[in-house]
Amino acid sequence: MGHSKFKEKMVHGLFFLNGLLVVLVLVGIFILLVAKALPAFREIRLIEFLFSANWNPTATFVAPTYGILSMFVSTMAVSIGALIIAIPLGIGAAAYLSDVASSRVREIAKPVIEILAGIPSVVIGFLGIVLVGPVIAKIFHLPNGLNALNGSILLAVMALPTIISLTEDALKSVPKSFEEASLALGATYWQTLVRVKIPAAASGIIAACMLGMGRAVGETMTVLMATGCSIAMPKNFLQSVETMTSTIAIELGEVPYNTTHYYALFGIGLVLFIITFAVNMIADVVLHKHQKVLK
Amino acid sequence: MKKILTIFTIIATMLSFAGLSSAKDGMVEIKGSDTLINMVQRLAETYMAKNSGKFLSVTGGGSGTGIAALINRKCDIADSSRQIKPKEVEDANTKGVDPKRIVVAIDGLSIIVGAQNPVNKLTVDQIGKIYRGEVKNWNEVGGSDAPITLYGRQSNSGTYDFMKEVVMKGEYSSAMKSMNGNAQIVEAIKQDASGIGYVGVGYAKEAAGIKVLKVASTPALGYFDPFNSADVKSGRYPISRPLNQYTDGVPKGVAKDFLEFELSPEGQEVVEKEGFFAIPEEYQKYNDGTLGKSMELRDSHESSTDRNAGTS
Repeated sequence: MGHSKFKEKMVHGLFFLNGLLVVLVLVGIFILLVAKALPAFREIRLIEFLFSANWNPTATFVAPTYGILSMFVSTMAVSIGALIIAIPLGIGAAAYLSDVASSRVREIAKPVIEILAGIPSVVIGFLGIVLVGPVIAKIFHLPNGLNALNGSILLAVMALPTIISLTEDALKSVPKSFEEASLALGATYWQTLVRVKIPAAASGIIAACMLGMGRAVGETMTVLMATGCSIAMPKNFLQSVETMTSTIAIELGEVPYNTTHYYALFGIGLVLFIITFAVNMIADVVLHKHQKVLK
Repeated sequence: MKKILTIFTIIATMLSFAGLSSAKDGMVEIKGSDTLINMVQRLAETYMAKNSGKFLSVTGGGSGTGIAALINRKCDIADSSRQIKPKEVEDANTKGVDPKRIVVAIDGLSIIVGAQNPVNKLTVDQIGKIYRGEVKNWNEVGGSDAPITLYGRQSNSGTYDFMKEVVMKGEYSSAMKSMNGNAQIVEAIKQDASGIGYVGVGYAKEAAGIKVLKVASTPALGYFDPFNSADVKSGRYPISRPLNQYTDGVPKGVAKDFLEFELSPEGQEVVEKEGFFAIPEEYQKYNDGTLGKSMELRDSHESSTDRNAGTS
């Protein structure tokens, strides 16, 4: 008897340690980012870092500049563009899967969507160069298709699996009684879906979209390949942009250690961390609210 | 007694293995410039085919990456399409690394545009204006009315630095698209009829779908293309540059053997086959100095090679 109780305690402790480890890793990453980013502000004013659109740390003919505004705007433009494309498609697909599709279609469609999530980002980026880019160039009569729109389309494809499966879960978690009540009152299936189920699942759907956005903000390889990487402040979606992740990926490999440029790249990393953390936090809070409402 | 002898032999063997496993005698790591990578890879393959049991590994990453790796003792030979910067020499010295330069080939940096572009030639001044973003339309340099799309390299590239310091003498336009390598620029220009890019001549020579421009330092001195060996070596083609390799101290062992192979007539033939140019006599003498063949010649040629290197 005492033996099995001891065993139970051991397993309990083990799982506790596992959970603790994840938290420690997260805190560790945050501390590392802050420690590496802070020295940058011995030479850069925070105001300049956040609100200047000039980024040229390797300048030799003029003074180096460290403003991240244009990359911040680029990251946001590409991610929000991706959401504008992915949200209607994602909610539509999820509603179809949960309410309309026959179980056979669902059996095929669900794994296919999950496979979509597993495609390496470098492959998606390659499609951006050889497929999406030329199509965009042709439609808009541009010399090339490496721009923010290209990045948005690719990121939409990458965010779709997250949005579809989480939205479907949210729709599924709407109690059957809601649907039955609606149908009993004479509403059609369409009215039930649009006016009852989707509003009831709204917070879950919002959380799904936020998580999709979290994925889009942090994506690196795809945007690096498909958006053209030019550091100028974007004026529209047909311009080449360089996101925060691209800049880190391009420059961190070659930057001399422990220079202002090096610390500034960690500063960008810190800003990215804060954005994704905030997005995921909001998604989490909204999701919990959703679960509570339905209980 | 026998036991002691055995132990002694084991220790001696271990020590000698330790010596062997140091990079100088085992695998030689070569890292750096994307401009040099295909050529050095081919040189390494030819060398390894002739010398079985000797291994070289060639990787890219950019000149800055290669030199950083040399400074951090992560590679034996750093490929660089630019000369080492004073700041880098300083960093190296504080870490006890003493970079020595060898010139393996000459490159005529090629300015490429779409095959259909009516522009055939540019001056160095015009190229500078285009990349600084002062000239934005092809009609300002004798072409049709179309906005210029700038393609360049990322900032760890030696070619990026060479263009900036020597050709443009100013900062790049922020509208320039950063590409990850020479081949990527060639591919981008193939698709973009109004694009302009710069690549090592070895990448431009046989590429289809692009056009290589003639370049003049001033119109009066005439326009030359980067394919003529004599024009590139003499500097009549104004944006030629030496392609370098750096080692820590005077090279030894396999690294030295390989460098000597690269500079031999056979190695230089490979260089030409890859589309770059064999080194002229003044650089041969410079290299002899670095390789310790005749130390006294080295200093007297440092000044004359700096003239062609152009990174003043």
